[in-house]
Amino acid sequence: MTATVPATAALALGDDALVLSHRLGEWAGHAPVLEEEVALANIVLDLLGQARVLLSLAGDEDELAYLREERAFRNLQLVEQPNGDFAHTIARQLYFSTYQQLLYAELASGDGPFAPLAAKAVKEVAYHRDHAEQWTLRLGDGTGTSHERMQHACDALWRFTGEMFQPVEGLDADRAALETRWLESVGDVLGRATLTLPEGPRTGAWSAGAGRQGLHTEPFGRMLAEMQHLHRSHPGASW
Amino acid sequence: MATAAAQRTAGSEADGAPDPVDTTAYQHAFDAAVAADERIEPRDWMPDAYRATLVRQIAQHAHSEIIGMQPEANWITRAPSLRRKAILMAKVQDEAGHGLYLYSAAETLGTGRDELLDKLHSGRQKYSSIFNYPTLTWADVGAIGWLVDGAAITNQVPLCRCSYGPYARAMVRICKEESFHQRQGYELLLALSKGTPEQHAMAQDAVNRWWWPSLMMFGPPDDESQHSAQSMTWKIKRHSNDELRQRFVDICVPQAESLGLTLPDPELRWNEERGHHDFGPIDWTEFWEVLKGNGPCNEQRINQRRRAHDEGAWVREAAAAYAAKHTGSAGGTGHETGATRA
Repeated sequence: MTATVPATAALALGDDALVLSHRLGEWAGHAPVLEEEVALANIVLDLLGQARVLLSLAGDEDELAYLREERAFRNLQLVEQPNGDFAHTIARQLYFSTYQQLLYAELASGDGPFAPLAAKAVKEVAYHRDHAEQWTLRLGDGTGTSHERMQHACDALWRFTGEMFQPVEGLDADRAALETRWLESVGDVLGRATLTLPEGPRTGAWSAGAGRQGLHTEPFGRMLAEMQHLHRSHPGASW
Repeated sequence: MATAAAQRTAGSEADGAPDPVDTTAYQHAFDAAVAADERIEPRDWMPDAYRATLVRQIAQHAHSEIIGMQPEANWITRAPSLRRKAILMAKVQDEAGHGLYLYSAAETLGTGRDELLDKLHSGRQKYSSIFNYPTLTWADVGAIGWLVDGAAITNQVPLCRCSYGPYARAMVRICKEESFHQRQGYELLLALSKGTPEQHAMAQDAVNRWWWPSLMMFGPPDDESQHSAQSMTWKIKRHSNDELRQRFVDICVPQAESLGLTLPDPELRWNEERGHHDFGPIDWTEFWEVLKGNGPCNEQRINQRRRAHDEGAWVREAAAAYAAKHTGSAGGTGHETGATRA
């Protein structure tokens, strides 16, 4: 199977899952309510599981996670963005899990190399999207403060969303249709949450497809430094 | 508590104080039920002091689970392999889950989670002192699993037979998961011990630092333990602190040998006559100091807990406001509305 899997696509999808799981893992011990410690940890574990399968299709999971420089990572800039407040985390999760669910549903329905993985992952991702939707509704239509914070988070992360629909080598998906359905779905959730679909560019000169080309944002280097330091400090060691 | 079944309909003390004559009758029924190893259930009559002791103990246990997430979460973002990262994340998640079971068990005694968290945050209730020690290296994650969770299991397995039903049932689930935690810690240390010289040294250093604090987890010596005797009579507790400590030492010695690590106690040796290991004196001054708040991380742990709670207030308020708008009820504090995949 490995031979038929396009490595670029496996890295793109695997890095998305790896990096987002890492960011969400930073919440452990800091969540606003105990139930969210459990819920966020579930998402972390699902994404980490997906990342391990995907990276293993492209090579050795630990070598890829721990020994690549930041320019070699192929994840979206969206998923590397710092957690911010809970509203930012939820906005990032809504944007990403909606995309991931649509993409995996399409991959699962085909007979490409990612179909088996996507068929399993899409069930997990449906929960992630539902979790993000439920919180978007509560924060958007909760108190004045939560509404303001959620709108701000949706606006702030908007410019990272265009990148999701750039073509990825080896990933067979109808990007234009994906984008239309993503806009419909996110627009529907934000509308029900009494939030406004952000306006303004969804890509910029720097962010247009940049993460997939190995161009990342400054916080990503620090994230990797923390993630990789112990592994790199003991070359060749087994854990 | 079959013998008290009729009294359930008579109501508990919380519903209205029974007259003194009734209390005596209830007390006899309660004592008989405990003596017969029956379970006391939430709607059964129970002495105020029994209820208060349980709330104190269950709350302290729940607080220990959620504070205990911190020293290990300290290493999630630095776990040295993806496999280890997944294991550690799952373990920290289990601890949050244990906190949930335990706060729920306390709730059956009429004390809600918000009240207990408030007592934790204001320092009126405690958590296990062991979590006031820092996790300085990756090996500490292993040492916590092997020793701290090992000690916790030794303490907690007898609680599965505790006289109070909801607590005993929560402990059955918790102990199953704790035994996974203990094994992952042992396995983590084994990998380090058999790894490079630097990894082996890291493992030994962690065991050196966690051994004595783990022994202190069983609480003060029997002759200085203020709650023990009454708890034994009530069958909340079934073995003394020193008995459990001895059991733990006896379990750990051969495990340390298999790990290829030493325990930092020159007086540790098998005593043929007693059929147990003798071990050196515990520094109880350190124990009482940490308990009083002077441990290395007391302030850090409670501050992080308070900060997470305070910074999350607007989220919980939003959940409550949303629930009120959409169900027409007050909607609580957001506990019920957390979108978990249970």
